[in-house]
Amino acid sequence: MEMEKIAGRSSLWDAKPSPYCPGCGHGVVHRVLCELIEEYNLADNCVFMAPVGCSILAYTFLGLDVCQSAHGRTPAAATGIKRARPDTFVLAYQGDGDLASIGTAEIIHAANRGENITTIFVNNAIYGMTGGQMAPTTLAGQTATTCSNGRDASLGMGNPLRVCEMLQSLAGVTYLARTTVHTPANVIKTKIAIKKAFDVQLKRQGFSLVEILSSCPVNWGMQPVAALDFVDKKMVPQYPLGEFKVGGVSVTPGA
Amino acid sequence: MGERVLMKGNEAIAEAAIRAGVQSYFGYPITPQNELIAYMSVHMPAKGRTFIQAESELAAINMVYGAAAAGMRSMTSSSSPGLSLKQEGISYLVGAQLPAVIVNIMRGGPGLGNIAPSQADYFQACKGGGHGDYHLVVYAPATVQEAADLTTKSFDVADRYRNPVLILGDAIIGQMMEPVVLSESTPNPPPKPWAVGGIRNGRKPNLINSLSLEEGVVEEWNWLFKAKYEEIKKNELMVEMLDCEDADLILVAYGTTSRICKEVLRQSRARGLKVGLIRPITLWPFPYRAIAQAARKTPEFLVVEMSLGQMIEDVKLAGLGDAAIHFHGRPGGGVPREIDIREIIEHVLVQKRAGKIATRGTVIDWEIS
Ligand SMILES: Cc1ncc(C[n+]2csc(CCOP(=O)(O)OP(=O)(O)O)c2C)c(N)n1
Ligand code: SF4
Repeated sequence: MEMEKIAGRSSLWDAKPSPYCPGCGHGVVHRVLCELIEEYNLADNCVFMAPVGCSILAYTFLGLDVCQSAHGRTPAAATGIKRARPDTFVLAYQGDGDLASIGTAEIIHAANRGENITTIFVNNAIYGMTGGQMAPTTLAGQTATTCSNGRDASLGMGNPLRVCEMLQSLAGVTYLARTTVHTPANVIKTKIAIKKAFDVQLKRQGFSLVEILSSCPVNWGMQPVAALDFVDKKMVPQYPLGEFKVGGVSVTPGA
Repeated sequence: MGERVLMKGNEAIAEAAIRAGVQSYFGYPITPQNELIAYMSVHMPAKGRTFIQAESELAAINMVYGAAAAGMRSMTSSSSPGLSLKQEGISYLVGAQLPAVIVNIMRGGPGLGNIAPSQADYFQACKGGGHGDYHLVVYAPATVQEAADLTTKSFDVADRYRNPVLILGDAIIGQMMEPVVLSESTPNPPPKPWAVGGIRNGRKPNLINSLSLEEGVVEEWNWLFKAKYEEIKKNELMVEMLDCEDADLILVAYGTTSRICKEVLRQSRARGLKVGLIRPITLWPFPYRAIAQAARKTPEFLVVEMSLGQMIEDVKLAGLGDAAIHFHGRPGGGVPREIDIREIIEHVLVQKRAGKIATRGTVIDWEIS
């Protein structure tokens, strides 16, 4: 009897070693994206927009057209591609330094114009690629190489930036959700959210973004399992999960 | 031949770009190039092409990056402070080998400066501007007609070398109205098998990228760019030489200042003074050889710029032998006056440099200090 294959490596992911650290969330998010691109049969007209951050290396193993632009400018470059070739499925991928710090102007205005692109925003509360500096999303009290005593707003370090809450008011945003990949159940929820975001772009309904809470055990100075616990106990309370906008209408996450 | 029409430089550049098949234009308002973005806002959408007023020059140049990556003829325009913001994107365009056309209608600086004409972005345009080892092809039009013609050419040159091209004008070139005949020829961009997007139909994935962490790869890319630049130097150099054959003094100027110098040349010749003019049309590649050759016969050179002296470094670099080099420049939006240039010519050719010359911005026997 033939056995049915129910799981395996996506054909879009070349058989190369992952460039990510053990316990890193990026690989999980990539896998979900690859699965969906295959399910939707999008590989032939998808451009993956690689950010400047750890996931810049996605081009080394993804079997997709990849365009890598300057730090934080992905939403602008993605706009250029989508406007030039509206038949292209544009998948922008950004970290929190990239999207929520150096590229805040670009993401706000791409969202506000209602660019018909999908942004996957991986929030790991730290700058991964450069070795663990404070990010705009770093939690209060969380340590990093540039806030070794913990982030302290009273010392002028700013407060954790909530991207979904910030983008929610923009009329150009059609779908907005925050999920996490620290448990299998949440990976499935993430996949459902990304699917909805894809649908928005495929139906040409405007801008869609899914923020995904993710772990960076190396730069958090934690074992992978402890890092998953950190996401659960510390990040989720600061960054509530759920949908913020569906069909262009604001909703209260968790409600 | 097309119809002869009266147009502002900014509008002529915009219309020439449209006729050259620009598919996507991204801009941000700044004086003195606002007529260009306004023209595009009307005529691009009317033709079903892309126009976006971006949130900043940073965004605009990165939109150009995306549209160019998708294989479309793309363009942005701005003026000096905006060009400073675009430098990041320009460096990435070069690194990823993407063709694009960028217009700088220069104004007085540094800082916010003013909106008067200037040529003070020569260094930025020709010597890098952004990070890394690179060159843009830099065109310096002197008339509205030339601004239009060089715009048409820019798209072909950008595509041919997969390198951005810069059109360097100033507030006068951008704002003045002159008659212009616009080209009617149909654009013929080359195929771009390297582009991303669209339906792949089974082709291998493409990558638009300027990063490699593998040893030696970025160095190899730079060697490739270098080979391209050598080709550009061979094929794309443009220079106008006027009355240089018998000249006792050669003026060197580009863009608006070259027009002023042309008038001074006419007046000087009428007085029997043998004055010539070398006008670089491409600022990069720079006509070093033409200048060096002229210096074998002509003992005096006078460089005129709307800056404290930037192009003069390249004139000197050309190797003038025993010829002397003098300078007259006006920074921060000042425009050189014919009377001042005539006075310097008089001082050098008639009075044989006897006495003093007090005109501000003038250096007799200029040296790299
Ligand atoms: C203009 C510019 N500034 C700084 C950097 C250095 N840099 C590279 S990645 C990065 C931060 C990446 O952090 P994040 O976006 O959170 O992604 P992660 O690596 O955590 O996935 C920075 C600051 C750069 N490449 N370009
Ligand atoms: S440094 Fe952090 S974000 Fe980067 S690969 Fe390692 S775990 Fe992932």
